[in-house]
Amino acid sequence: MKALSLRQLRKTYGTGVQALKGIDLDVEQGDFFALLGPNGAGKTTAIGIVASLVTKTSGTVSVFGHDVDRELEAAKACLGLVPQEINFNQFEKVSTILVNQAGFYGIPRHVAKERVERWLLALQLWDKRDAISRTLSGGMKRRLMIARALVHEPRLLILDEPTAGVDIEVRRSMWEFLRQINAEGTTIILTTHYLEEAESLCRNIAIIDEGRIIENDRMSTVLRKLHSEVFVLNLRTPAAAAPELPGYALKLGADGSLEVEVTKDQSLNGIFAALSARGIEVVSMRNKANRLEELFLRLVEGRDAATGQPQTAASA
Amino acid sequence: MSGLEQPVEVPGGRGDRRWVGFRTIVIREFSRIVRIWGQTLVPPAITATLYFLIFGSLIGRRIGEMGGFTYMQYIAPGLIMMSVITNSYGNVVSSFFGAKFGRHIEELLVSPLPNWLIVLGYVAGGVVRGLLVGLVVTLIALFFTRLHVEHLALVLAAVLLTSLVFALGGFINAVFAKNFDQISFVPTFILTPLTYLGGVFYSIAMLPDWARHLSRSNPILYMVNAFRYGFLGVSDVHVGLAFSIMVAAVAILFAFSVWLMEKGTGIRE
Repeated sequence: MKALSLRQLRKTYGTGVQALKGIDLDVEQGDFFALLGPNGAGKTTAIGIVASLVTKTSGTVSVFGHDVDRELEAAKACLGLVPQEINFNQFEKVSTILVNQAGFYGIPRHVAKERVERWLLALQLWDKRDAISRTLSGGMKRRLMIARALVHEPRLLILDEPTAGVDIEVRRSMWEFLRQINAEGTTIILTTHYLEEAESLCRNIAIIDEGRIIENDRMSTVLRKLHSEVFVLNLRTPAAAAPELPGYALKLGADGSLEVEVTKDQSLNGIFAALSARGIEVVSMRNKANRLEELFLRLVEGRDAATGQPQTAASA
Repeated sequence: MSGLEQPVEVPGGRGDRRWVGFRTIVIREFSRIVRIWGQTLVPPAITATLYFLIFGSLIGRRIGEMGGFTYMQYIAPGLIMMSVITNSYGNVVSSFFGAKFGRHIEELLVSPLPNWLIVLGYVAGGVVRGLLVGLVVTLIALFFTRLHVEHLALVLAAVLLTSLVFALGGFINAVFAKNFDQISFVPTFILTPLTYLGGVFYSIAMLPDWARHLSRSNPILYMVNAFRYGFLGVSDVHVGLAFSIMVAAVAILFAFSVWLMEKGTGIRE
């Protein structure tokens, strides 16, 4: 079953800006799905339409088979949203925010209180249940928004940059939490600027740019489209100039390291052998950029090329 | 982060869920009124005390009778109604605009609650504050004068309908408002003058013809007089017409509020 299905979804704002230019997208039940794109690409507009915060210009949206034009209440009941911006009442207590949210979904207070305890414990906020929400730290506020989105136990959870501005420790624990609720059956759609996050968590991915889907496939398939990767080689003795190795393009890094682009047809053994032959010792190595980040940049930069049309990774 | 279970079905049918949702909005609004009691309950009590002291007691003694009652008795229903109008309006306009400004209105917009129920929840919150403050002012009035009640049912109907009209008015104001100036514009430049000129402090029989005719186009005149009729049995306007106007206003403003929500005016892009 499709957890989310968008067909020819369009949005033109009153200013004339076309935020979405006819998007088709399917997310399967149980999936952990990444929706990526540069700022202003249309991600938040698409999510806003699904969550009824933005009115669509045309097209259809259905959540677990419920068309939002015909069965809005049923569609909304299936959905939990963690928006990009903090949007809870900052003068209310943490537990009150969750009890009220449960109430808006028709959950009686005695049931809501049990659920609030469960989700606050799960998100390590139970000690803060009586705190006024504005006194929470940034990471706690993000977790509170996740708890709020889950208190009615939705089948589809949409998170719009949930880890923006939180430290790495909190981010890692949130990843673990999201993996767990996904494993227990909740379908998750994630937008993020941390591409490492998307690569680590998501099984399927769509990349949206200028209101169009320019890539939509399994994460592994998309990553395979990356034709080459750039590695940074840290040397025992910093190099003064980049050596010339036949078949490899090497550049000198700022700290005396070497940057080398390796295509799918080449091997790292060849580089190491050639460098060893010149007496250059490599002590460590890393990817210059996260693989998904590399692909993302190529796709988005491909759009800016002369044709003005998006290109595939293979042709970028 | 752990301790999760499988999703649980929400108990009850659609009607039950809607009732829980409506009750949740009203409880939240009531909690807000109580939480900020220094802004919601105390100022109208102080204002009403000053009105009763200055206009009713000090100046009123020199004015003498009006409509067959002491001036204090005559203005008491008007002052109660004035506080109901101001507070019903003020509660909804500030609460709904605050929710828009702080973006927590999105909690309701993403929920399955239908738009008409969201309107009804906020309006009920305004009515609760209007009636609560009306009760406080009534108790204060009892310190200064004896309140005669001629028709209790009409008193209750008039206060409830008036409260509904102005709670809906506050809702519409909040929907259109883009900043805090715009939520104080209507109360300051429209509501207050209309209330003062709506027969709270005088009978329009005292006015010259042109002013009396002009006063009849002020809807607040009908509300104040319907309420006063319930207490004293005297009115400057036809009471049946007054109630018809209030019922029609509630129906039209409610329909308009729901239409604005459906359209997403001021809340959805």
